Amino acid sequence: MKNRTHYGIYGGQYVAETLMTPLAELERAYFEAKKDPSFQAEFDSLMKHYVGRESPLYHAERLSGFCGGAKILLKREDLNHTGAHKINNTIGQALLAKRMGKKKLFAETGAGMHGVATATVAALFGMECEVFMGAVDVERQAPNVERMRTLGAKVTAVTEGSGTLKDAMNEALRRWITEVEEAFYVIGTVAGPYPYPMMVRDFQSVIGIEARRQCLEEYGKLPAEVIACVGGGSNAMGIFAGFLEDPSVRLIGVEAGGKGIETGEHAASICGGRLGVLHGSKCYLLQTDEGQIVDTYSVSAGLDYPGVGPEHCLLHDTGRAEYVAINDDEAIHAFDMLSRYEGIIPALESSHAVAEALKRAPNLSGDDLIIVNLSGRGDKDMQSVKNYKAQKGL
Amino acid sequence: MNRIQTLFAKAKAENRSIFTAYLTMGYPDMAFSEKAVEALIDHGVDIMEFGVPFSDPMADGPVIRDAARIALQNGANLKKILASIARLRKRYPTVPFILFSYYNVIFSYGLERFAEEAEQAGVDAVLPVDVVLEEREELLEPLRRHNMTIVPLVAPTTHLDRVAEIARGLEDSFLYVITVNGVTGARAELPHELTRRLHDIRQVSGMPVLAGFGIGKPEQAEAVCRACDGFIVGSAIVKILLDNPNDEGLKKIAEFASSF
Repeated sequence: MKNRTHYGIYGGQYVAETLMTPLAELERAYFEAKKDPSFQAEFDSLMKHYVGRESPLYHAERLSGFCGGAKILLKREDLNHTGAHKINNTIGQALLAKRMGKKKLFAETGAGMHGVATATVAALFGMECEVFMGAVDVERQAPNVERMRTLGAKVTAVTEGSGTLKDAMNEALRRWITEVEEAFYVIGTVAGPYPYPMMVRDFQSVIGIEARRQCLEEYGKLPAEVIACVGGGSNAMGIFAGFLEDPSVRLIGVEAGGKGIETGEHAASICGGRLGVLHGSKCYLLQTDEGQIVDTYSVSAGLDYPGVGPEHCLLHDTGRAEYVAINDDEAIHAFDMLSRYEGIIPALESSHAVAEALKRAPNLSGDDLIIVNLSGRGDKDMQSVKNYKAQKGL
Repeated sequence: MNRIQTLFAKAKAENRSIFTAYLTMGYPDMAFSEKAVEALIDHGVDIMEFGVPFSDPMADGPVIRDAARIALQNGANLKKILASIARLRKRYPTVPFILFSYYNVIFSYGLERFAEEAEQAGVDAVLPVDVVLEEREELLEPLRRHNMTIVPLVAPTTHLDRVAEIARGLEDSFLYVITVNGVTGARAELPHELTRRLHDIRQVSGMPVLAGFGIGKPEQAEAVCRACDGFIVGSAIVKILLDNPNDEGLKKIAEFASSF
């Protein structure tokens, strides 16, 4: 039983007993759907006609030229409908909810992209939708709040704790315990209790499978490195999934270094945390010596989370993937660089991955390829960036 | 026989129900919590549940969340709670003491160190809110080596065959049956099919059954006790103390406990 729900020592199902039956039902429904060709066909069709896949693998030539060294390729998940990779997963889960006869979706959100993606599929399938969002995030991601409301979703601000993603997830779990029969909980990342980490990874693996094929078709070889930002880790797991069996491809997960790991004000669970249990799974966790979860910090709301997906924890331990931290300043710099050199405004989350590519490209040769998962677009972040720069006097 | 088994045997012989009380420890501070525990036990509480505050109480309603937040602000932690329990154990040698906690606090403390210190303090069992059957072995093993057990939860969504699995190996404990879907907190009404459900759970588990979540009035307690061995009151007590974190509050919870 351990093997099914765990990734090494990570993962599992650390939840209130009330949720064990719905989790078992969800797992059963998911495996049935996976075997059903009509489910996959509907998913693929929506990916193509609604989301606009496949997303391009774009050679950022001017940016690469500026850095010197490797060619930087961007996997353009920012071009998906709703502006991020999140829609891949919410379509999958909403199709599953429909199969299970659920009429109501609810979700937690940090940056608001998962909330928007959930509100979008709820509208698409004619379902009710409620999104829990930390009060701090409601402030700093106001445009996304308006988008969700426009799509017909109810946005509930969570004022408890630090008013960020983890608090939104606490409230979503409480809601699930209360409305366990009627509602379907759409988790936005590869965290949470099994089977969510597996399911979300599967739905997001379309990113990595596409990127690998596109890279081979266009360049006739695999990339030297694949880089993605990691909060809970869904876009990273999605793109890594395509390359796990290619030992020559280095996989690099970029966590939010905030003001710097040494300051304690960051959200880098693998780089700066230790083993713990939160929101249903065992993982690296930012916590006090007494096992209380700490308030994380990052300029990017979507990475502002104290835990991380269990599969990432295992990939870290086995060395198959490396995890590094990029701080706020570096991410903001990368945000500007990509905007000015390529005419692409990236999400602050994705800017962390871009920043790591800027560091690494010069160390590789001109024949080498780096794929960066550009997980989302930056429209939602204009105010955050403006405020950040004003504060810093930039 | 452990303290839990001894108590249930005695209650059965006397044909009476078990009254279990939950308290968030460290609200508003440790010394007050100790007095509150004394007030409860001195006024009829049979089993005491010591709630360990956690920063992210996913299964708790607003009352216990508020108490936990303030307790943490005022420096409550597991070490201090175990010290309180050790002092109370001297005064109450036979009352079963249950430690009610989210797993991360115990896990982070170190399971072996925790089991050793909890046994010394006089804890009889641990109720880990977010550790289900599939994950409990890691915790149960050190607890067993230190003569403690686990109090497992049974939810309204738990099928009866799963109840039987949950019960297996924990015959020296009791089942905490959650009466309603949802988080902790007193409810105006309990589901009407509850009597049948409690009866069935008792049948398949062969364990003593206590009902909790949503019970805040003597009438509710009386109603569930027709079908099980006792009841648990938590939020209703914590609420009194939230409103009165003083001697008046201690008096009120004593009166409240006496009313059951």
